[in-house]
Amino acid sequence: MSHNRMRMARGDLGALIAALSDRGYRILGPTVGDGAIIYDELESDTDLPVGWGEDQSPGAYRLVRRQDQAVFGFTLGPHTWKKFLYPAEERLFQVTLEGMSFQPEAPAGVKQAFFGVRACERQALSILDRVFLENEHVDSGYAARRRDTFIVAVNCTTSSPACFCASMGTGPEHRGDFDLCLTELLTPKRHDFLVEAGSAVGEAIMKEVPHCEADEADVAQAEKQIEATAKEMSRSMDGDNAAQLLSRNLEHPRWHEVADRCLSCANCTMVCPTCFCSTVEDTTDLTGDHAERWRRWDSCFNQDFSYAAGGHARSSTMSRYRQWLTHKLSGWHEQFGTSGCVGCGRCITWCPVGIDLTEEVAAIRAADGAVAATSKAEDCHA
Amino acid sequence: MLSELQRTELPADPMLPRPYRIQRVRRELPGTFTWELAPANGDLPSSFEPGQFNMVYVGGIGEIPVSISGDPANPEKMIHTIRAVGQLTRAMETFGRHTVVGLRGPFGTPWPVDEIRGRDVVLVSGGLGLAPLRPAFYHLLQEREAYNRIILLYGARDPDEILYRDEIKQWRRHLDLDVEVTVDSALGRWRGHVGVVPELIKRVDFDPERTTGLICGPEVMMKYSAIALINRGVAAENLYVSMERNMKCAVGFCGHCQLGPHFVCKDGPVFRYDHIKSAFSVREL
Ligand SMILES: Cc1cc2nc3c(=O)[nH]c(=O)nc-3n(C[C@H](O)[C@H](O)[C@H](O)COP(=O)(O)OP(=O)(O)OC[C@H]3O[C@@H](n4cnc5c(N)ncnc54)[C@H](O)[C@@H]3O)c2cc1C
Ligand code: SF4
Ligand code: SF4
Ligand code: FES
Repeated sequence: MSHNRMRMARGDLGALIAALSDRGYRILGPTVGDGAIIYDELESDTDLPVGWGEDQSPGAYRLVRRQDQAVFGFTLGPHTWKKFLYPAEERLFQVTLEGMSFQPEAPAGVKQAFFGVRACERQALSILDRVFLENEHVDSGYAARRRDTFIVAVNCTTSSPACFCASMGTGPEHRGDFDLCLTELLTPKRHDFLVEAGSAVGEAIMKEVPHCEADEADVAQAEKQIEATAKEMSRSMDGDNAAQLLSRNLEHPRWHEVADRCLSCANCTMVCPTCFCSTVEDTTDLTGDHAERWRRWDSCFNQDFSYAAGGHARSSTMSRYRQWLTHKLSGWHEQFGTSGCVGCGRCITWCPVGIDLTEEVAAIRAADGAVAATSKAEDCHA
Repeated sequence: MLSELQRTELPADPMLPRPYRIQRVRRELPGTFTWELAPANGDLPSSFEPGQFNMVYVGGIGEIPVSISGDPANPEKMIHTIRAVGQLTRAMETFGRHTVVGLRGPFGTPWPVDEIRGRDVVLVSGGLGLAPLRPAFYHLLQEREAYNRIILLYGARDPDEILYRDEIKQWRRHLDLDVEVTVDSALGRWRGHVGVVPELIKRVDFDPERTTGLICGPEVMMKYSAIALINRGVAAENLYVSMERNMKCAVGFCGHCQLGPHFVCKDGPVFRYDHIKSAFSVREL
């Protein structure tokens, strides 16, 4: 941990939000809504899920009241930050059909602050940056929204049973790449935040918020809490070795076994902070002279996703689950030099039948090299 | 935090088409037609490499990937040969001269025509697969002396389905080219080969050690053509195929075209066969 740490009283969290707001940032962060903790616009610190926690297990999520007044005493809900950078629906252009005159969307440079980004989620943003910014082509809308996004990070001081960031090396502690980073220091005797600035703007903003220099005890308490959070995580995945494991087990019987349970509902891809697939939709108005092209989130679990030349390249659930998991854990490495999974556990909690990718990987590892009977039969014909 | 981006202007939007006007329409076969296009605003079209494709947008209906089938040395004529198979391509079939469509591109990897100078080149195509190979063939003809043997093998369903028939006839007259056509089935006057394309591979003369195969057509045809070339002694790393997958963006954003770890839109459509082999052996990859 570096020096330049500050201590801010819990009571001054509102001042931090006000300081951001005064600088023109739209503040987005966790709040209670729809029976879960979601990400939405925040007006003040009272919008935060103070005193809330959650019960999570494969296929189940429930908000619960905590014994204390922790501000960040929960982990992750069904929302991810990607919706503010890469909206679920977005118009790409309008066109006047007479003469085909295209009007691009002028991507509005929004000033937004993400308030309460966890370490795994910060890694997910870096992954999306690779897809939309650091690729051969740059996505204009993503770039316009991303460049004025201020990041208030939060180190996790509690974990859920779905979390496995520690084993993936993506959390629970931030390692830079934020404007400000908070660690909640909560005991029966005190309620403060340890604050670290990671950018000049972050530093400047803290000048407008009451704080003092942190002492060694503050830093030690933060470290202790983060360490305990990492230790209490029971779920784990060997992400690095999963890449080779999956790519050499494309014909494994486990794919058929998981396909019997999977509903192909696409929930896992919708809640995943790194899934980026989309489709486009074209519309015309009644006059027939004005058309628009929209982009919407799509999922590799949708049957039409792979439609070409009169058929679906992946018509079985087996092939679609295999596509999702091998892309996430294996293909991503070749495409973007990183795993596509950050260990957030959302896909485990929000899967209606509780399919757990860490378990699937473990099952394949336990019978590395096994080949499904159907695939063997296929080989004889080839 | 994104200082790079803050300093620089945003690059051009890769998802925005440019208007192109249809200059000529040529009916090739029933349901198959060729467009010659030029930018509607009088600009020059972008240059392209053989094997690349454009995204063709039809106002209010949709956008599809189509290979460029013209001559890369003549990029001012943007040529697309299209077969009407579904909603969009059937609409396109009704378009006449002067219709304006949207174009984005060119995208994708090319046939490795420069890397394979000095070698024997066997181009193997089936059906409409000749369209994406034609730019490579034009290039080989222009630089004829840079290559050793040039062999074009083409398979059509029946004699009435032979694409670019007049051009093929001309090419067959060249003494320094070996152009062979086969049909799956024929009645009456057809005097040529009958059978599938991979069968032709067994009959033509080339030096497997110094041969590169460029293969384009339906996936089964590409698979068995690759196997036939390998059986003749051509190394898998000297074979190239062009893959087709659903595409919504062509620039690596939408995920639709994925095939194993590859994005067909930007890592392909042209792949070295040994890099993409699992696509032919693993079902529903
Ligand atoms: C790299 C590449 C190059 C191509 N080059 C040519 C060419 O030179 N000439 C030509 O006629 N066709 C070509 N195709 C195929 C062409 O894109 C499809 O025939 C076309 O998308 C069918 O559209 P449709 O709406 O008429 O068909 P429908 O059957 O109604 O299809 C609906 C949608 O599914 C998708 N789709 C269907 N078939 C294909 C397919 N084969 N490939 C990709 N997406 C598909 C498209 O998004 C299409 O709009 C190429 C495809 C690719 C990927
Ligand atoms: S795959 Fe699951 S655990 Fe991994 S990042 Fe996506 S939602 Fe989180
Ligand atoms: S794994 Fe679960 S969440 Fe994902 S598609 Fe299958 S049933 Fe739905
Ligand atoms: S077509 Fe969108 S990623 Fe390839």
